Amino acid sequence: MIVKTLSKCMREYKRESILTPVYMAGEVFMEVAITYVLSLLIDRGITPGNMGEILRIGGLLILCALVSLAFGVLSGRSAAIASTGFAKNIRQDMYYNIQTFSFANIDKFSTASLITRLTTDVTRMQQAYMMLIRIAIRSPLMLIFSLIMSFRINARIATVFLCAVPVLGLGIYIMMSKAHPIYERVFKTYDRLNRVVQENLRGIRVVKAFVREDHEMEKFGKVSDTIYRDFSRAEKITTFGSPLMQTAVYTCILLASWLGAHMIAAGSMTTGQLMSVLTYAMSILTSLMMLSMVLMMLIISRASAERICEVLNQKADIINEPGAETKIPDGSVDFDGVSFSYGGKGGRSCLENIDLHIKSGETVGIIGGTGSGKSTLVQLIPRLYDTTEGCVRVGGRDVREYDIEALRNAVSMVLQKNELFSGTVAENLRWGNENATMEEMRHAAKVAQADGFITAMPEGYDSYIEQGGSNVSGGQKQRLCIARALLKNPRILILDDSTSAVDTATDRAIRDAFRSEMPDVTKIIIAQRISSVQDADRIIVMDNGHITDFGTHDELLERCCIYREVYESQQKGGGDFDEQ
Amino acid sequence: MSSKEKATKGAEINTDTEMKDKKARRRRHRAALQQEDGPGPRRPLNAQDLKNLGENSKKTIKRLLALFRPYRWHMAAVFIGITISALASIKGSMFTKTLIDDYIEPLTGQSSPEFSGLLKAIVAMALVYLAGTLFTFASNRIMVTVSQGIQKNVRDDLFDHMQTLPIGYFDRNAYGDIMSRYTNDIDTLEMMISQSIPNMINSAITITGVLCAMLVVSPLLTLATLLTMYPMLKITARVAGSSAKFFTLQQEALGDTNGYIEEMINGQKVVNVFCHEEQSKKEFDELNEELRFNSSAANQFTNVIGPINNNLGYFQYVLLAVIGGMMAIGGVGGMTLGGIASFLQLSKSFNMPVNQVSQQLNSIVMALAGAERIFAMMDEKSEEDEGKVTLVNARYVDGALTEAPDYTGSWAWKKPTGELTEVRGDVRLKDVDFGYTPDKIVLHDVSLFAKPGQKIAFVGATGAGKTTITNLINRFYDIQKGEITYDGINVKDIKKADLRHSLGMVLQEVNLFTGTVRENIRYGKLDATDEEVEAAARLANAHDFIMRLPKGYDTMLEGDGSGLSQGQRQLLSIARAACENAPVMILDEATSSIDTRTEAIVQNGMDKLMANRTVFVIAHRLSTVQNANAIMVLDQGRIIERGDHDELMAQKGKYYTLYTGMLA
Repeated sequence: MIVKTLSKCMREYKRESILTPVYMAGEVFMEVAITYVLSLLIDRGITPGNMGEILRIGGLLILCALVSLAFGVLSGRSAAIASTGFAKNIRQDMYYNIQTFSFANIDKFSTASLITRLTTDVTRMQQAYMMLIRIAIRSPLMLIFSLIMSFRINARIATVFLCAVPVLGLGIYIMMSKAHPIYERVFKTYDRLNRVVQENLRGIRVVKAFVREDHEMEKFGKVSDTIYRDFSRAEKITTFGSPLMQTAVYTCILLASWLGAHMIAAGSMTTGQLMSVLTYAMSILTSLMMLSMVLMMLIISRASAERICEVLNQKADIINEPGAETKIPDGSVDFDGVSFSYGGKGGRSCLENIDLHIKSGETVGIIGGTGSGKSTLVQLIPRLYDTTEGCVRVGGRDVREYDIEALRNAVSMVLQKNELFSGTVAENLRWGNENATMEEMRHAAKVAQADGFITAMPEGYDSYIEQGGSNVSGGQKQRLCIARALLKNPRILILDDSTSAVDTATDRAIRDAFRSEMPDVTKIIIAQRISSVQDADRIIVMDNGHITDFGTHDELLERCCIYREVYESQQKGGGDFDEQ
Repeated sequence: MSSKEKATKGAEINTDTEMKDKKARRRRHRAALQQEDGPGPRRPLNAQDLKNLGENSKKTIKRLLALFRPYRWHMAAVFIGITISALASIKGSMFTKTLIDDYIEPLTGQSSPEFSGLLKAIVAMALVYLAGTLFTFASNRIMVTVSQGIQKNVRDDLFDHMQTLPIGYFDRNAYGDIMSRYTNDIDTLEMMISQSIPNMINSAITITGVLCAMLVVSPLLTLATLLTMYPMLKITARVAGSSAKFFTLQQEALGDTNGYIEEMINGQKVVNVFCHEEQSKKEFDELNEELRFNSSAANQFTNVIGPINNNLGYFQYVLLAVIGGMMAIGGVGGMTLGGIASFLQLSKSFNMPVNQVSQQLNSIVMALAGAERIFAMMDEKSEEDEGKVTLVNARYVDGALTEAPDYTGSWAWKKPTGELTEVRGDVRLKDVDFGYTPDKIVLHDVSLFAKPGQKIAFVGATGAGKTTITNLINRFYDIQKGEITYDGINVKDIKKADLRHSLGMVLQEVNLFTGTVRENIRYGKLDATDEEVEAAARLANAHDFIMRLPKGYDTMLEGDGSGLSQGQRQLLSIARAACENAPVMILDEATSSIDTRTEAIVQNGMDKLMANRTVFVIAHRLSTVQNANAIMVLDQGRIIERGDHDELMAQKGKYYTLYTGMLA
């Protein structure tokens, strides 16, 4: 299953992936041959002191070495090309698939885990793949060729090797089965260790404010100690590998020497042959050892492979139907019996049986407590999530009938947790419309009350925004995000608590600009401040996944006690102030 | 590299110069930032770095060696073990030859060969092998203890040291960068200690041993071996150099790609909303291809070092055979034919460790670079704490303040002289100037006082310096000029830990830790009972939502409480501070993400929390600051207005504008 999924990532590097083992086979074959030629050089050249033979066989040896070199270089290169290409394709496939993910898909994985999968896990796969096509091919081939050669030279001695193989194999197997579970555990503990470090980095102020340095050191020390103990145990088990291997090799060599001596004495074998048989013994057992190492590596990297496959096999749960409608007739929004739960049917519901009708061009405010379902409600409109029950309609049609891109371009949304990207102001604004002209950008920025501070920046619209917009203030960031959303020229504009860091006067200016500049656009505004919504055509009051009331400011003041409570608490204490 | 690859590479450069520009600019920008910040985030190595590496590596190696100190006896044992096993293996590689020359050859042609001599030799050899095996095993096992132990020590030291670093360090360095010291750098270090070092010791001993043996057999041929070795090493060095160059490029490309991935995946929801997927794929492809190209080149060079070394070894072998043969036939230097065979065997044993060393070099260079980064962090100066005044529990006995062994609900400052001063919460700032760097002052001439039990509010624009002032009181940062006193004691004279214990903080950005809800609240007071935890939660109005969680107080929070809403996280943060129950509170936008209705309810608890305490509060909601004893209006690092609500309204200044602006 994993293999099938991952093998799709070979693609244009299939040729190299196949050629590597072929070259490798050539290299191994030549190496085995060289061992044989070396014995000839001793037997026929050096021992009898025959200069002609030395030169002839030496020449042959150099020729063999050249061929072997060529194969070696070719296989090394193609292995590198294949494995890095493979990694590139995995990365690409994952990244492409993530681009099709809906919000629900992203929530399922969490961004941190997606990032790890795209970075660390892929690097691990690249190494494993290289191992697989090089060493995993090389070792068995070496084993087989060397066995064949030793059988050809002397079957009786070769049988000794053949006996050693299963003994060594068993030993390695026992060792690995003991060490492997510990290794698996260690890697999990490593994740815990990293988590502690990460939390300490992010929360360093909390740690220091509560003077919990010692507490954290103790926490870290415990995890670190677990790793130390487990890792040491696993490694100590693995140290049995080399004496095991050495014992096997040396036993073989000594036995072969004993048997060989008898045969040489009896004249059925030459000394050169004995020497090459001994060399073969060495390569047989070394390759077995290498094979076990590769196996270990592959088992370890299986976890990475699984994590990668999870992403690759994750089907986007919101997909574009071919031939979907691309025209959104108007900006009306209707909810008919909508229920929604992040956990799907049967999960704890966030919205229950919502009926709501918003006319095109209307300005609607939404007020409600933390966790009352405001954001969830509006995220259903551009189909960032699909409803669990009921249907959401835009322009009179079910949102599922529209082409997603067309729908999301028509329904422009400013998210609560919004991001700017590293790049210039203009580049960030162009996310809304790739081909926006300077005038269009300025206009959008003016409506969002952002033009002023952008122009005041040293390089104006070409000023550089840091990753995450960390070099502009919270209020500036929000205004840039609004301008970016405006550039889409939407039919429906949704602001999800998008002016919380903007001072009240500016907030008001933005709303005034909306009214005068884009009267036909349906505007849905989620806010904490009554002042942000009180001049809306109608206001929705949400509580606990339900719409408690829907009406004008005055109506709500009169009949909705939650609304009145909020209003009064804000009136009493006044509004708010942040930056200018 | 193949011509095909070159072609794709060329095409890239031509077609997408725009993208390249963007990337270059991003890099330049990053570089510029780093210069401002001094030793900044990780960046790829360049030629200058490699040169510096050479100069610094001596120092680094010295410090690395110091890490072995606690294990010096282990290392001595390892050294002996490796020496014996290396000698055993040299002996072993010559065994075949003696076997053949001394025992087998004389047997050939004999009618009734006598094998007892051979048996003795084999048994003797078996003993040598056994010794070698045992010593290898022993030294490997000891080495596990050493390498794991050092790894653990470094890891723990690094973490312990990190905890002592000033906040400024964390401002300057990217989290990812610090993280990678715990992961990549320590990993490569461990690899080097557990593999490269024993390997090097082994190689060094083997090379010396074999060299001696070779000299004994034939000094002339030894000279020839060394001479032919030179060009081989030269070639290896060249290939290794190219590989190192591309590895640097690979790391650079990897940094770019991973940085891009991190940024885009974090903003994936925005990408979705803006249908930016295609653009994002295109940019990603560019980076991904560049990464593949460099990584492919780096690995190609690395992969071919082995075959090149091996096969060049055969060239040498043949050359030695020919020279040796001629010497033997010509009778030069007393060379015998048996001697040549055994010399050839030795030359093979000589090449192997040399090759091994050359293949280890790459990982050693990488490990040294990693070690240097680890040491650089360890060299960062810890927070200075020259304070001597400590915080003690206190109570009045017969009208006199005395130190109490247990919690009493009141505290006292204890001076080194033993004199006690009651903790009342009188905080004064006098003519304070502050800048994150000395040349860029962000707070000018700030003076203010908070009498015990007063509530002081800060209002003003983002970046006006509100949070900064509170960070000075708890000494996250130290002031450049002026004085801050706490109950008449200069905060510099108070032990930092005790100062911070006396200040309850609810920070602007909520950070929770993996663990249960209960553990998170208990973070404020580690020995708090379940009842105290619950009481704190009730005070912060968090109890209700906690009870609605699947397992109540025992619900596990993961990923910084990612399952909770922003408002719920803030409530937990308040509960945590309530649990600590400190005499002075600092609330930095503690309720910004809580909707006003909930806030009104929280306020009730907050009022209880603030009662009889000196409180510093930062808020952008007027409701939170209105009833403060004094409101400081900040603008660009200066207090421009001060007074209570009514006074400020009467002044008709900035506060008035802000306040009425919302009503207008």
